[in-house]
Amino acid sequence: MYLTRLEERMLAGEYGYAAQKAMEILVALGKIYGAERMIEIRSAQISGVSYSNLGEEGLEFLLKLAEDGCVRVPTTLNPCGMDLEEWREMGIPEDFAEKQLRVIEAYRRLGVELTLTCTPYLAGNMPEFGDHVAWSESSAVIYINSVIGARTNREGGPSALAAAITGRTPLYGLHLDDARRPTIIVRAPRIGGELDASALGYHVGRILVGGVPLFTGLGAISRDQLKALGAGLASSGGIALFHVEGVTPEAQRYSREHVEDVIEVTENDLRNEIEMLGEEFDEPDLIFVGCPHASIEELTKIYLLLSGRSVSRRFWIFASRAVRAQAERIGLLAKLEELGVRVYCDTCPVVAPLKRLGFKNVLTNSMKAAYYLRSLHEVRVQLKPLRKLVEDAVR
Amino acid sequence: MKIVLEGRVIWKGHVEGEALTTRQPISFYGGVDPGTGKIIEKGHELEGVSISDKILVFPYGKGSTVGSYILLRLKKRGLAPRAIINQRCEPIIAVGAIIAEIPCVDLIDVSRISTGDIVRIHGSRVEVWKRIPSL
Repeated sequence: MYLTRLEERMLAGEYGYAAQKAMEILVALGKIYGAERMIEIRSAQISGVSYSNLGEEGLEFLLKLAEDGCVRVPTTLNPCGMDLEEWREMGIPEDFAEKQLRVIEAYRRLGVELTLTCTPYLAGNMPEFGDHVAWSESSAVIYINSVIGARTNREGGPSALAAAITGRTPLYGLHLDDARRPTIIVRAPRIGGELDASALGYHVGRILVGGVPLFTGLGAISRDQLKALGAGLASSGGIALFHVEGVTPEAQRYSREHVEDVIEVTENDLRNEIEMLGEEFDEPDLIFVGCPHASIEELTKIYLLLSGRSVSRRFWIFASRAVRAQAERIGLLAKLEELGVRVYCDTCPVVAPLKRLGFKNVLTNSMKAAYYLRSLHEVRVQLKPLRKLVEDAVR
Repeated sequence: MKIVLEGRVIWKGHVEGEALTTRQPISFYGGVDPGTGKIIEKGHELEGVSISDKILVFPYGKGSTVGSYILLRLKKRGLAPRAIINQRCEPIIAVGAIIAEIPCVDLIDVSRISTGDIVRIHGSRVEVWKRIPSL
């Protein structure tokens, strides 16, 4: 693998421990994937914020990197296990909060912007078409690859951090045209709401083994639906890029000679997928929206669907602090809060200690959330479209 | 009987130890207990077996990228494998081996190594003393 003089000096330790460790990681990845050289990146998004995954040892490692290391490009951070300002109100235990804050502090020392969101592209970290970046968080990776046309592989927490510290990543995979060509055409029905988009993504991800799907027949599709579609594809199938005919920027860019198969998805397939993942229960003890984190449009939509009615059970929205601030500026936040809706930031039910908060029956509109809540937290999950969530909340 | 295999260095090292071999991939996140060093994945052929201090030989890693941090946690607690040998290393194991500084070699025909063999790693060179001499 070709390294520039600067990269060689980083690898030799001339720029300190953090840059050396980071370069060792990137060179190893470059070797594994046959990269010819590194490419400079414009931004990074880092996962690996939960103390329960990092442990004391992972935290020590981050603090050691922070002793002489700092990110070289704008770098944002995935959600953690609690709202940094309102964790007490959420019911987060004191010991959990204390450990979580130590991890956050380590990232702050590394120069990472504490966005704590899985939608950094709604919070000021928005790459442009063709930008090379190094992002982790599967739903954000697939969004910027597909909807924006930026280029990133599906990084893990440490490799994204290594890229941020050195400002580069090995040039392979989705940074190159070859891996971005569609490999399968998916003929799908017109999309209703976010749950349909989420179910379509989840369904297609489940039946594909890797590859790049090109969707046709979806009709008009909103940014929020694209967000939900991508999150579904990434959670069940490990897919990092999709195209939508007439919508996404690279849908027409490549010839279709690499297309190996055409599959047909029906509305029935989507219904089945939603039913298979959902479970039966009478009364939800939490209704939530915001996996991935909600946009300002989604907050507005919820307010309009409520049409002045107060919620009679716990209805939580998860969003980035940037979106919450926007809602506050336009008066939307106060209106939602008046109706009993809470908007939490910095976290989501997938990474919060849900079981310790005592929730058993959860109602949501995200297949990704349902998948992880079931496997990680052993709670029962039911899936309904947004309109019905709101009706259940006011009932 | 001694055989010599040549692979690719992921993290350099010179170590010797006893091989623990599986034909199944390993997920460190959810599949290995960072508190005991034992494999806890249900149905794995090494379920319940400790990987600590062994030359761990398996085809490749799988599962969440959080697995890299599990290798680091094992190392800091003295529960990590002494070295890792893979058929084909992928990012979870590679990054874990580098941040935990566990010697790691890949592009090795792992079917040539059996549990109980004595293995010595010198950089990319892997020497294997078969426990039971083959006939």
